[in-house]
Amino acid sequence: MQTDEMILVNEFCTHHQIDISFVRSLQQSGLIEIIQTKEAICVHRDQLPELEKMARLYYDMDINMEGIETITYLLNRMNAMQQEIIKLNDRLQIYEENEE
Amino acid sequence: MDYIDYYKILGIDKNAGADDIKKAYRKLARKLHPDLNPNDKEAHKKFQQVNEANEVLSDPEKRKKYDQYGKDWQHAEHFEQQRRSGGRRQQTGAQDFSGFEEHDFSSFFESMFGQGGGRQQAKFRGQDYQAELKLSLEGAMTTHQQVLTVNGKNIRITIPAGVENGQVIKLKGYGAPGVNGGPNGDLYITFNIMPHPVFKRLGNDLYMTANIDLYTALLGGEKTIDTLSGKVKLTVKPETQAGIKIRLKGKGFPVYKKEGEHGDLYITYQVQLPEKLTEKEKALFTELKNLK
Repeated sequence: MQTDEMILVNEFCTHHQIDISFVRSLQQSGLIEIIQTKEAICVHRDQLPELEKMARLYYDMDINMEGIETITYLLNRMNAMQQEIIKLNDRLQIYEENEE
Repeated sequence: MDYIDYYKILGIDKNAGADDIKKAYRKLARKLHPDLNPNDKEAHKKFQQVNEANEVLSDPEKRKKYDQYGKDWQHAEHFEQQRRSGGRRQQTGAQDFSGFEEHDFSSFFESMFGQGGGRQQAKFRGQDYQAELKLSLEGAMTTHQQVLTVNGKNIRITIPAGVENGQVIKLKGYGAPGVNGGPNGDLYITFNIMPHPVFKRLGNDLYMTANIDLYTALLGGEKTIDTLSGKVKLTVKPETQAGIKIRLKGKGFPVYKKEGEHGDLYITYQVQLPEKLTEKEKALFTELKNLK
């Protein structure tokens, strides 16, 4: 795995002034994946937007860990449903065409 | 530029304490924050107002100035140069991760507090950009390159054949620049595939309607149709019923990132009845009718 794809958890926590235990809790809840290298613990760059989002939920909006888990699950469902709507709209077009 | 009542936006009175402000902000943020309302522009806009109100009212200095000048804000003296230069702000816990750019504040805010007043110096990842790319069905059929202009920057992207309507691809680092040396955001491109007048797509399969005349439907024959990959000659079986659907294997849409693989093409036959019958034709049809 390329090292430039990795974000040091310590650095992330320092920049955002958050406690490292928060990131650990997210990992324990299965919400993010932490990668342990020889020198440090990191997260993959792809996970950064999600990690920042969860930090916002926790620190800015005062939502606890259980709330974050629920929101993450519901947002994923919402996203899947939006994709489903697009597909259903495509399917509907076929029937609308046949009705004309 | 209108005066903005930040107290009204947060739903608090002018004597509200720091805790009340924080509580009101968090309550509204839980309802309107863009993280919880993806793709909802209205919620995003409202949250910007809430965020701005909190930015002002949760900072004692800004709140004092806001309260002092209030509706006469246009006559307010220039705020101290020091504030404009954006020193490290007090920790209000309100915006540490918001990633908003300067223009996310209203003109009213910028006029009173200067651009970017109160932003902190920590590194931030740049904001992600969202873009939509319209493609014709034919365009989505072949792997090709396209140049996009995003915020004045030209980006050449390769669009693989078989891309789906609504599919999102991510281009790392093509979002807004990071703040204070932070990494750039990403660019998310959503493909919007335009409806085609003849072909409808469902996954990798294509659907179309082909007209055949009554005689071909009854007696059988040949019918040449235009598919997206060229002309195809079909053999129509005798006594083909109207609305019957046939499948042409492998004549559908290319499968995304699977070179050489295609879905199927489904053709629904529509039988066209003859119009403006001559007397002789009418007599022959009557004869046919009487035979049964």
